[in-house]
Amino acid sequence: MKSETNIPELKTKPEFKNAVRDFTTRNMVTILFVVMALAGFIVSGMSPMMFLMDIISRVSRNAFLVLSLIIPVVAGMGLNFSIVLGAMAGQTVLIFVTHWGINGLPGILLCFLLVTPLAMFLGFLTGKLFNRTKGQEMITGLILGFFAQGIYELIFLQLVGGIIPMQNKTLVMSSGVGIRTTVDLTNGLKYGLDWPGLSFDMPELLRPTLPHTIIGLFIIGIVGFLVYRFVFKRKLPSKIKLISWFIIGVLAVVWSVNQINSASMINMIRVPVLTWIVILLLCFFIIFFKKTKLGQDMRSVGQDRYVAASSGIEVDRVRIIAVMMSMVMAAWGHIIFLQNLGAFSTYGSHEQIGLYSVAALLIGGATVTNASISHALLGVFLFHSLFIVSPSSGRTLFGNAQVGEYFRVFVAYGVIGVSLAMHAWKKLLQNKNKLGV
Amino acid sequence: MKKTLIDFIKKFGTARVIILAFFIFLCLTAVVFQMDLAKLLTSSLGRIGMWGVLVLAMLPAISSGIGPNFGVSLGILCGLIGSLTSLELAYRMGDSLMMSGGVLFFIAIIISLPFAIIVGIAYGWLLNRVKGSEMMIATYVGFSMVSIMKIAWLVLPYDSPEMAWPIGRGVRVQISLAGRGITRILDNFLAFRIGEVKIPTGLYLFFAVMCLLVWLFMRSKSGIAMHAAGKNPRFAEAAGINVNKYRIIGTTLSTVLGAIGILVYAQSYGFIQLYEGPMFMPFVAVAAVLIGGASIKNATITHVVVGTALFLGIQVVAVPVANAFTAEWSSMGEISRKIIQNGVILYALTQARGE
Repeated sequence: MKSETNIPELKTKPEFKNAVRDFTTRNMVTILFVVMALAGFIVSGMSPMMFLMDIISRVSRNAFLVLSLIIPVVAGMGLNFSIVLGAMAGQTVLIFVTHWGINGLPGILLCFLLVTPLAMFLGFLTGKLFNRTKGQEMITGLILGFFAQGIYELIFLQLVGGIIPMQNKTLVMSSGVGIRTTVDLTNGLKYGLDWPGLSFDMPELLRPTLPHTIIGLFIIGIVGFLVYRFVFKRKLPSKIKLISWFIIGVLAVVWSVNQINSASMINMIRVPVLTWIVILLLCFFIIFFKKTKLGQDMRSVGQDRYVAASSGIEVDRVRIIAVMMSMVMAAWGHIIFLQNLGAFSTYGSHEQIGLYSVAALLIGGATVTNASISHALLGVFLFHSLFIVSPSSGRTLFGNAQVGEYFRVFVAYGVIGVSLAMHAWKKLLQNKNKLGV
Repeated sequence: MKKTLIDFIKKFGTARVIILAFFIFLCLTAVVFQMDLAKLLTSSLGRIGMWGVLVLAMLPAISSGIGPNFGVSLGILCGLIGSLTSLELAYRMGDSLMMSGGVLFFIAIIISLPFAIIVGIAYGWLLNRVKGSEMMIATYVGFSMVSIMKIAWLVLPYDSPEMAWPIGRGVRVQISLAGRGITRILDNFLAFRIGEVKIPTGLYLFFAVMCLLVWLFMRSKSGIAMHAAGKNPRFAEAAGINVNKYRIIGTTLSTVLGAIGILVYAQSYGFIQLYEGPMFMPFVAVAAVLIGGASIKNATITHVVVGTALFLGIQVVAVPVANAFTAEWSSMGEISRKIIQNGVILYALTQARGE
């Protein structure tokens, strides 16, 4: 569990006890969820195999979306609930590409291409709106999502088929007006990115098994490290970290080789490598972007708008760019999400995107002002672990799977509520201290 | 003439002018299409009265400075607990004590009051700690409480047959009030007809009494202090007013009105809606008061009444008008509600700057 703190702390040989306490208070939410997920897993009596299969598909489905939330946090705009609009843009494009009948990987790439200008436009408008409601971006984003839902329904429920012509018996309702409530991507865009071989008659292409993937990752990691160390000659992270990562890697490889040589079911689990590569590219992009001039400007805007403005940064412009970037990423993320699911509810799939992505990010240990890639990835993993185990643990504990299902929804809302409240409280106290009251 | 018109629009707010124009347009269309105006008017009146108290719940919250109460669902939940408990009571007492619908309605109010007061105080305490982000936090506190109460509805020991599922555990999603004679108990009280239009006198009497009570409170010493605390907290603090205390009072009052409001709503609707039911109700109430002319910082009873009439009037009229255009536009009512409701909240948020 890594947690980045922006402020370098003075270290005067902290005692072990203090360090532990510090670590616990800083990662309270995350630790709580690790415990909850573990307990749920044990109570549910789920087989690790099922869990592993489910978690791999869920994490690769959702990670991109959660990563899209990071940049607005850096720019000081809080958790961007308006990614729902990006999701809507994604769905719009998916509907049209499905209508044109372009399948598989080419279809997905076309979706990415087409959704970019649309999402940029929506992001621009959202950024303008956020600039008029500074300090209240989160509630504005949330309400904007509901507002856009109305517009979206107006277009796809009432105008498509009538004013916007569309002739397609599988997509349009039998009355000829409005898109059907579910859009099926099977035999079309489904698995377009996860399983690119499907559209080229090479089903094995880029679908290695889990043990092979682990070995591959280990080799890539070693090569990457050597390049990093000897070609770029960069400074190294702490030795303890390196060694522990190396040991974990070696253990994982040993386990993988063991699995390959046995007839274990683990060899049946296939990994959507192309999706992972796309997620990895996004991670690198975010790291790289934070180091550019614009990224640095964004960070100073996030720390203090007034100071940034007085040092000559165009605050409003930087904020709009942050929202636009987040919106495009969210649109892509939602396309990745839906190509994995293989079908979506036309008027509902995007609604929960904001809620679940934000909750996942917060569970990973992020706050309203501090979010990093590790928060996002860890959060997705923990959140979905909880999602997988809660129905069956609800059944075991209460004799009712519904309880578990309601519980996980409560967790999503609750974690957002609690972390927003904690943040607001902290800010209030800080302001009071600043004023010397 | 042109200048005064522009001034008027500016003062009234562009969003509100558009909504008013839309409403007038809908009404005119209804006349042109020769719809059953009496029926439209009757259902508008019913709907407006149904929401009245819930919208009124926004007033003390805005006055005390916490802004529109996006967490009024807490009050709604208290009201729901009250109504379920009173129904359960009627069932358990059974034959020994036959209670009429009216008595049950008031028992429900009385049971929900202590819950609402306690929850309101706790909620006000929380909101005092998150000044500046009340709206967002209120929304998520509301969402989380509604979702935890979903679990509660499954496990709470209500087993009156009209509430519980015949098999399994938990309370139904919708509970009919017809069996106990509570349906439209206020609506039908002293109701009369003018021509074809039915006037739900009792409903409006109740709403008027509630408005009067709030009006009186706002004119009392505490009310004025609360208003001052909301209007300018620093100034009020300097004048010796305990701002945090009055914010708690405002929140509690809002929560209590929310609890009573949902009971009025339920008797009018004829059903108690649980689970997802209260989730998005606060947004309707917030939008209604904002449409009436309130801002994030300022609201009056007139805003409440005008806003409820305008917003819910539109909702009632929009559906048949849209259907009159073409049968395929059946979802138009719901869609226009979403756009207007959230559009007006967004508009109010953009106007809040610099206040």
